[in-house]
Amino acid sequence: MTTYKETFGKLNRAALIPFFVIGDPDFETSLSVVKSAIDAGADVLELGIPFSDPIADGPTIQKADIRALNAGMTVRKALDFIKRVTDYKSIPIGLLVYYNLVYQYGTEKFLKDFKAAGGSSVLVADLSIDDSDEIAGPAKEAGLETVFMITPVTTDERAERIAEKTTGFIYTVSLLGVTGERASLSNMVKPLVTKLKTLTDVPVCVGFGVSSPQHAKAIAAAGADGVIIGSRIVKMIEDNLNDKQKMQSEISVFITQVKSVLE
Amino acid sequence: MKYKGKFGEYGGFYVPEVLMPALEELEEAFYKYYQDKEFVTQLNKLLGDYAGRPTPLYYAARFSERLGLKVFLKREDLLHGGAHKVNNTLGQGLLAKFMGKTKLIAETGAGQHGLATAMIGALFGFDTKIFMGTTDIERQSVNVHKMKLCGAEVIPVEGGTGTLKDAINDALRYWTANVTDTFYLFGSACGPHPYPTVVRHFQSCIGKETRRQCLEKIGSLPDMVVACVGGGSNAIGIFSGFLGDKDVRLIGVEAGGEGIKTGKHAASLVAGRIGVLHGSKAYLLQDEQGQVLETESVSAGLDYPAVGPEHCLLKDTGRAEYVEADDDDVLDAFELLSKSEGILPALESAHALAYLCSVKESLSPDITAVVNLSGRGDKDVGIVEKYRPVMTK
Ligand SMILES: Cc1ncc(COP(=O)(O)O)c(C=O)c1O
Repeated sequence: MTTYKETFGKLNRAALIPFFVIGDPDFETSLSVVKSAIDAGADVLELGIPFSDPIADGPTIQKADIRALNAGMTVRKALDFIKRVTDYKSIPIGLLVYYNLVYQYGTEKFLKDFKAAGGSSVLVADLSIDDSDEIAGPAKEAGLETVFMITPVTTDERAERIAEKTTGFIYTVSLLGVTGERASLSNMVKPLVTKLKTLTDVPVCVGFGVSSPQHAKAIAAAGADGVIIGSRIVKMIEDNLNDKQKMQSEISVFITQVKSVLE
Repeated sequence: MKYKGKFGEYGGFYVPEVLMPALEELEEAFYKYYQDKEFVTQLNKLLGDYAGRPTPLYYAARFSERLGLKVFLKREDLLHGGAHKVNNTLGQGLLAKFMGKTKLIAETGAGQHGLATAMIGALFGFDTKIFMGTTDIERQSVNVHKMKLCGAEVIPVEGGTGTLKDAINDALRYWTANVTDTFYLFGSACGPHPYPTVVRHFQSCIGKETRRQCLEKIGSLPDMVVACVGGGSNAIGIFSGFLGDKDVRLIGVEAGGEGIKTGKHAASLVAGRIGVLHGSKAYLLQDEQGQVLETESVSAGLDYPAVGPEHCLLKDTGRAEYVEADDDDVLDAFELLSKSEGILPALESAHALAYLCSVKESLSPDITAVVNLSGRGDKDVGIVEKYRPVMTK
């Protein structure tokens, strides 16, 4: 298994981290899309387990969640999916999940099974640092890294506590809002990354609204260690539901493009 | 956050990091002002002159006669706006004003909370946006018009089944993007801390008044207090006055929809499992995986898969009992109160009446029951017409 430390450590550039909803639009298609994203140069994967009520997500990812759920995705199948991905290639996988799914599965068991499937870290979208005990302890026990979010409204006091609890990477939300494509990059990226770099040694990755190679380039230039691209890629799935070949190739081409500006 | 916001294991604040500063700010403001002399004076004046408090405790003699027990109605339906919701919107609205906020958002199911927010938005000169599911917009259209007349913008929510849960999802998403200048005026005693505590506080006037009125009118406390439970605000409002009175049975009535066995209902306390939705740990209607289930009820205001955390604790400790009433029985109760008293109850409140109707045989005639008549039924005339054409012919 490749750890974040190894991955971020040996890259002399920002890592490219695409996000996918597991099982969108169905298990097999999703798996081949993710594999081709790896082939096209993804350094780390951020994968989400679909949830009925994703309050941190905009319309694009909401629709992906619904597609995946309608195609029969379950938490157990999502863990199988992760196993299939890590069998294909050893790549760090960060999981994005809503708390109720973890809680119903049983937090400790969930984290253990996710680790066994080859996962690297968990980010619980609706669990703030104040409730991190519900996840941080069991995560450490299971041998997983922790990832927490920092946003433009996070106070310095909270940011420090978050940095302290984070072992994987800090997920920097560069704008106020839910996930979704944006025409321009938030002007908060640079000041946020600069501040976080003074607070912590763990990698600082930026996500939410990242929609083009230009955005990725600017984020890397701001000093970030990783660029997370979600809705822009998920939209390519939505737009090509009737042509899986095209879906896969569009995503591959896009990832290759982003990768080339980061290199 | 200063407090954990827990009721036993329930409650808490399970929200994305981005919302934490706003919840902290709200918690701080609430504890700063809720006992502040100036705040309390202004709120009480508004509750009196604007909303119409105190509301009467009315002995429904003819309804009582039909049931064979003594039924008193706490007439929250007579409040401005037609429901208990204004108690909370005046409280939180004034809090927003004291905090210097000028933009409000709210979710609504039946439209009563949306309307009560729109009203106080006009009163305080706020810029107000109400999120409402498309199903609810259709079935509670009268309230949509009223909200717009008060100057609020009504934002239709398409997701899910277009009901209260979906409206909350989108209101939370909007809040996430506008969290620095927008006050989220939450409508029920659920959601993330500090809302369950804040809403309970502003609705506790119902319980305080009712208890006092019982002693004045009946000369004793009632045997039971019955309220419908959606998110749980009118119920916790009236229950809170009697929690220490161990001999008073507290009964919360959830939406039984087409019947618990059909799966088409919204009775989270009766049929749910502990889970986390909308920032709070509570009994939740969900599948095995933890995906939240769709709910169904004739009443939009109860059509919600979760419930306030304090009710979960009251259920576990046995201090309150939770039951459900089916749509059919609710419509019967609606009809019975209308015909016997000339009072049209909200379909939400009719759940509490339906429960009494269903147990009347097992209760002795000297039993005194107080029903929280949380709202009036004008908004529901169209629905009743649809389900029971004969009733209005
Ligand atoms: C009249 C009335 N009663 C009850 C409710 C249910 O809410 P709660 O359980 O918070 O009292 C509503 C909600 O819209 C309502 O309009």
